[in-house]
Amino acid sequence: MNGILTIARLTLYEARQRRILLAMLLGGTTFVILFGIGFYYIHRDVSHNDRVSFLEQKALINFFIMAGLYAINFMSIMTAVLMSIDTLSGEISSGVMQTLAAKPIHRSSIVIGKWLAHALVLAGYLMLLSGGILVVARVLSGITPPNVPTGIFFIYLGGIVVLTLSVAGGTRLSTIANGVVAFGLFGLAFVGGWIEQIGAMTGNTVTRQIGTIVSLFMPSDSMWRLAAWYMQPSISRDLQMTPFSSASVPSGMMVIWTFGYVAVTLVLGLWLFRRRGL
Amino acid sequence: MSDRVIETRGLRKQFGRKLAVADLSLSVGRGEVFGFLGPNGAGKTTSLKMLLGLVQPTAGRATVLGAPLGNRSIRAKLGFLPEHFRFHDWLTGRELLRFHGELLEIPRTILNERIDRLLARVDLLDAAPRKLREYSKGMLQRIGLAQALLNDPEVVFLDEPTSGLDPLGRLLVRDIIRDLKARGTAVFLNSHLLGEVEATCDRVVFVKQGRAIRDLALATGGEDFEAELRFTPMSPELLEGLSRLAGPPAVHDGAVRLRVKNEESIPEIARWLVEQGAHLYRLDSRRPSLESTFLEVMGQDQRPG
Repeated sequence: MNGILTIARLTLYEARQRRILLAMLLGGTTFVILFGIGFYYIHRDVSHNDRVSFLEQKALINFFIMAGLYAINFMSIMTAVLMSIDTLSGEISSGVMQTLAAKPIHRSSIVIGKWLAHALVLAGYLMLLSGGILVVARVLSGITPPNVPTGIFFIYLGGIVVLTLSVAGGTRLSTIANGVVAFGLFGLAFVGGWIEQIGAMTGNTVTRQIGTIVSLFMPSDSMWRLAAWYMQPSISRDLQMTPFSSASVPSGMMVIWTFGYVAVTLVLGLWLFRRRGL
Repeated sequence: MSDRVIETRGLRKQFGRKLAVADLSLSVGRGEVFGFLGPNGAGKTTSLKMLLGLVQPTAGRATVLGAPLGNRSIRAKLGFLPEHFRFHDWLTGRELLRFHGELLEIPRTILNERIDRLLARVDLLDAAPRKLREYSKGMLQRIGLAQALLNDPEVVFLDEPTSGLDPLGRLLVRDIIRDLKARGTAVFLNSHLLGEVEATCDRVVFVKQGRAIRDLALATGGEDFEAELRFTPMSPELLEGLSRLAGPPAVHDGAVRLRVKNEESIPEIARWLVEQGAHLYRLDSRRPSLESTFLEVMGQDQRPG
């Protein structure tokens, strides 16, 4: 346990020293400010426009909040991959890992410590971004989407899926190969999600099944769809009024599958790292 | 408690089709400074990594401090300086040592005192607050050495410790190795710098293509002496007579070189030559240098690595 905490502390310190935390803070703050400016004008225009009904006003504002959350989901996935992609492979190729692994520390503590630290940074980043735009929306319009904690948790879980893949991949793959795999799987899940949606809308069971199978391979996109489903007012999701409404909502089983997916990927990474020569 | 800190039998490592270490059997005694000598690519680093548990052997058996390779609690008693020591360059020298001390679970008060002592020992006390990215190659190697000694190890593995060091740095490393020996720490030194090894090691093992091919004690003086003579006339009869007294003579540049078993043979050779009526102009005797032994052991087919 001590080893895990020491490695996690070093990884957090690294994020600070290499100005990763600073970049996240500045980038995140800029994002929230931009969202706030946009939100202010959109809210002002729709609420002073007599031709827009109250229902449409709410739907538009809700759409804009969902667009913000969608961007946050994307940013959190990108960040999860980018910050962790060379954490193991980079240290292996530079020789840093030899000195570390020769110490009386379990090899799994190195992997878990790094994973934990990145998961913490990701949580902080997500809190900053989502907390920022939700507070802005609340202050300017008085609107807060439903089920915020559940929704944000699913966005976070999607990020954890790619983070775990990138950490586990780093035990064996070079940094670039690992990045190609992680982003490739993310793209696959994205397209798979749309195939499933369209299949559900047109009633095509084959495409729907293809989408489900892709989600099993890479559940990140289903976590976003679940988050979007939870955080939209029931009227928007029932009427499927926005691109964020889901025609096919992932089930509770998918959530259990995702937890299992993260656990198995991490254990696989530990196993691969324990066996490799350094 | 066994007096052997390292014991290997038939250790082998194969990377795919490439055989890095063929069949390594050796042992290192407690407090011994052991030189592991061989040309580049002889499997020295791979052997050392196997002993540290960084690389899994394909076959063979080995123990370090009586435990199987890779044993975690034993690793707390080992020190390791990799070849070309590198670490996160955003850490300061002191932070690097503190971090490694935490991994070694050294209590904080002891750790702080040790860090100061080691920084002074490797002459980096003034550079301790600077980041590693500002360190020269030699400074990195020295902070790496301090890192390897943080836990007062029982065995220290040094992989080409003087690479990148200037002559003063080399002297410092030599001094530290002597200190370690005085404290009873065994040192496993991987090197191809023969002068270095000759000056510090008690015993060397020559390794070629992943096999230990010769074990040579240096501290007790090795086996043979080498004698170089100049005399006239250099007749076949005299050369024939010399070969009976010592090993076969080699004539080179007007001088005769001989291998003799012990120092007492030298005056005998001189007396015999004079009795035969030869004019003896010069007679030198010395232990063969490690370099000449190295070349002899490795054979003429060896190419630069």
